[in-house]
This record gives sequence, C-alpha cells and structure tokens, in this order.
Amino acid sequence: MNWMALELSLKLAAWTTLLLLPIGIFMSRFLAWRTFRGKIFVEAGLALPLVLPPTVLGFYLLVAMGGGSPIGQFYEALIGRSLVFSFDGLVVASVIFNLPFAIQPMQRAFEGISAEVREAAACCGLSRWRILWRIELPLAWPGILSALVLTFAHTIGEFGIVLMVGGNIPGETQTIAIAIYDQVQIFDNASAGLMSVVLLMISMLAISATYLSASFVGRRHDG
Amino acid sequence: MTDNGGLEVQLSDDGKIPLEAEISCQPGELLALVGPSGSGKSTILRTIAGLNKPRQGVIRCNGRVWLDTDKGVHVSTRLRHVGMVFQNYALFPHLSARDNIIESLGHVPPADRSKRVEDLLSLVHLSGLGDRKPAALSGGQQQRVAVARALARDPKVLLLDEPFSAVDQATRQKLYRELVELRQQFGMPVVLVTHDLNEATMLADRLCILHRGRTLQSGPPFDVLAKPVNKQVARLVDQKNIFQGTIISQQPERDVTTISWGEFTLITSYQPNFKVGQVVDWLIPASHVSVVSAGENEVSGVISAIVRLGDMVTISIMIKNASSHPLFMSLPALEAKQRGLVAGEKISVSLVSGGIHLMEP
Repeated sequence: MNWMALELSLKLAAWTTLLLLPIGIFMSRFLAWRTFRGKIFVEAGLALPLVLPPTVLGFYLLVAMGGGSPIGQFYEALIGRSLVFSFDGLVVASVIFNLPFAIQPMQRAFEGISAEVREAAACCGLSRWRILWRIELPLAWPGILSALVLTFAHTIGEFGIVLMVGGNIPGETQTIAIAIYDQVQIFDNASAGLMSVVLLMISMLAISATYLSASFVGRRHDG
Repeated sequence: MTDNGGLEVQLSDDGKIPLEAEISCQPGELLALVGPSGSGKSTILRTIAGLNKPRQGVIRCNGRVWLDTDKGVHVSTRLRHVGMVFQNYALFPHLSARDNIIESLGHVPPADRSKRVEDLLSLVHLSGLGDRKPAALSGGQQQRVAVARALARDPKVLLLDEPFSAVDQATRQKLYRELVELRQQFGMPVVLVTHDLNEATMLADRLCILHRGRTLQSGPPFDVLAKPVNKQVARLVDQKNIFQGTIISQQPERDVTTISWGEFTLITSYQPNFKVGQVVDWLIPASHVSVVSAGENEVSGVISAIVRLGDMVTISIMIKNASSHPLFMSLPALEAKQRGLVAGEKISVSLVSGGIHLMEP
C-alpha cells in the first residue's frame, strides 16, 4: 500500500474541491440566470472535459503551462519553480478538468430556484450577500454538495491528465491511480488490489453520501 | 407630483410588452389594474417594485423618486420599501412561516423582531402556525404568510399580483374580507393586479383599465363599468349591449338627449359633448333592460336564445332593423318561467333611460 500516493491523491482532491466551490458557485449562478449571446458555446466549452480524452486535454494543458508558454514563464518568475510536473500544476489542471463536474450539478440546482423567490427576497430588502447566504445556498446546497462530492471522487480517480501534466514523481505528482498502474506494471497485483479496494470504497462512500443528502433534503422541504 | 405619501407612475416602453401607462394611487386607496393577459398590468406592478426597468418613466412614492429615466435614477428593489405579494406567493420554501416574515424585518432592531412577527402572524390569523414550512400550509395560509411578509417590510406601497388566483372560491371570499379589514389598519397605497372584474369592483376604490400596455380609463368602479369612455373599454368591462345610434336632439333644459336606433327613438339623460346628427356608440347594462310593459324606451324583438346560469337566465333578443347582434337581458329563472318566455317568441322590453350611456365612436 502506497500511503504517500493516497495522501497526495486526497490532498489534490481536497484542493480541487475547495477551489471549485467558489468558482463553481460563481459560474453556475451566472449560467443559470443570465442569457447572453454565445452562451451555448460557453456551456459546450465547459462540458468539453466530459468527452475529450484526458490525454488530449492533458497535452494542451502541458503546452499551455509549460516553460515555453507565457503562463509557465510568469509562474516560474513569480514562484521560482516550474508549474508543470509539480503539485501546483496538478491542482490547476485538475480544476480545469473538473469544471463540468462542479458546474453542471450546481447550475441545475440554481436553475431550480424560481426567479420569483429571488425577486421576493429583493422585495424583502435583503442584500445580495444575504440572498446568497439565506436563500440561494440553502436551496441549492444538495446540488452544490453533489457537485463537490463528484469533483472529489473524480479527482481521486484521475489518471491521464495527472500523468501528462504531472508525470510520476513520488511525493509530488504520483497519485494513487498512477501508483496502482505502477504496481500492475511490476506484477504486484496484491498491492494494486489493495489500493483499488481503498479507491473503490472512497468513491462508494462519496456517492452514497450525495444520495443520502438528497433524500434528506427531499424530506426536509415537505415538513 | 405627489408628496402626500401617494404613488405616481408614468411609464413608456416599446419593448416586448409595449407600455404607455399613467397611474396614481393615494395613501389608503386601493387601485385595481384590470386587463386581459398581456395587457401589461403585471409589468407595471413589477416596474413599481423595481424588478423591471422601462425605457422611459418616472415613479414617485411617498415623496421620493424611485425612477426617473431622464435623470438616470433607478433605485434598486431592496431600497424601495415595497411590499409585494406574488401570484404564487414566492415564499422561501426552506424557511418556516415565521422565518419568512423575519427576513422582511431587516430594518427593525433585532430585539423587537420576534414581537413583530407574532403580531403579524396574529394579524393574518396564523398564530400557532409560525413553525410550519410553506409546504405544510394550505393555499390560503400561504397567501396569508405572503401578505404578512409584505406588511413586515413597513412598505410605502403594497403591491398585490393576482393574489387570489391560486385559491379555491370559498377561501377567496374569506381572503377578500380579510384584505378589506387589513386595509383599514394600514394607510399606504395598495395596487392590486387582477383579471377578475368582479374582484376588482368589490375591492377597489378605483379601477384602471389596461389594454396592450395602455391605461385606457380609470375611476371609481361603478363609473368605469357603467360609463366607459369608448367601445373598447366597454368590451373590456364586459358590457355586451353596445350598439350604434344617431343623436336626434339635445335638450339640456329637460335633461334629455334623444337618439334613434333602428325604428326606435330612445330617451337618455342629457349627455353633452355630442352634436345633433352625430353617430354614436351607446350601451346599456343588461341589468337596465326590463320586461315591464309600457315602460320608457320600449323596444320589441324576437327572443333568439335563453341560457340558464344557476338561478338566472340570460335572454338574447334580436331587434329588427336596429342591430345585427342581439340585446341581452338577465332575469331570475323563475320569473322567465312565469312569464312563459321561450325562444322564437316576440317580446317587448324597456330600456331604463338612466342606464343608457353614449360614447364617441
């Protein structure tokens, strides 16, 4: 069992989830309630990671964040080390790759809040922040929660993008999914099997938690 | 314009729902905006609340300017102090009735809020139900929470958007009475949007008739119903007996105007503004047509249909050489039976002269 890889995977998933919470809320609210020219293309672009092979996305991110790119150079000048093949680079790639997993459930949740309810909140004199805090988030939280859980579970299982952008550096970019692959390569099936079971349980636990919360919310609104 | 606490609205827009509206509502007055769907009545209400922004307009309330497009003034909804009751109430589904109301009490010191909430709950007859979520309340109870939430804001104007349309008839009658009682306790202008003319007539001090975003006529309910300014308003207020005639004489000294209608001469009370020889539209409410024989303005025709609606019947009478559409009257069903009225028979009816109203064609 490669505990270091598991810890790294959990850390990556936690950072990705944490960063996507505000980004997802901001973008999904915007997409849920605004109409603008070219909205379809924006939504299609955000959904692209769902269908694009991770290696392809990984390749573009590698090029975009590499030492030859303005982003990579800027980061290197600022922090003093390379963005690609680092944990930071993994987090950036993971955030981008997980955008649809975070935004789509949140967007559906915000779309479910009627315009009248938000208007009523404004008529009650609530500030924007209070409307967000007291009305929108409590009503949308099942969607937000399932978005976060999906993002977390999906990040833990990430393989192609991690390999392309992060490589396979133990303690820096070697996640548990890659460690499993490595163990299989050296015919250590027992170790690969153990890590797979751990991954399976984490995913199962996460998905069950969203279903549980959804049914809890369903009951809560009826009473 | 107003600085006595009233509401003055002037709007114009050439957008999706065109607007050309001017309304005013005094403190304590209930103004009903009436019109068919798409007439812009809800748009006007939403604009007063600041939820819509018209291309051009001025809104003043309680001495303050809420909107003045020429000067670039558009006060946001949350700063306007409006109380709004939405058609489907728009209660916050995850909050109890009490918490729904508390959200409107942001301007009240926190220490005073719980007392205010209990006062409001008892005002709308919901004491003891404050802990319930909207889903656990009946339609009428939800409406009461919405009203309490709107009043909690201490609004400068109370806006009611078809607030009775989502409840059954019995509850509606109860809610009407409650609204009338509530009005006596609060002095702000109240604007009610409805497509139900009876409801508007029953509750409002003044009606404002809207069609395609234009305010066509406003005034006390009885005036608007019985004396519409033109045929269009007459149709909107559901007057069926609208005909065309010609002015024969004007006799102010006798308080009489006479018109010809087909082969008949009709006497009406004196109505200036019309010249002898002028073709006019005129109407008579169905309630002012009676079967009394040898009464004033007697006309005769043939009964073309008798339709029974509950205890009343509506009788359509074709008047030969006068109009291509029938004259309608209503009678208690029992009286129609006693008089032996049947379709195809001849009938003479009297048009009460005080009920005849002349309009510019």
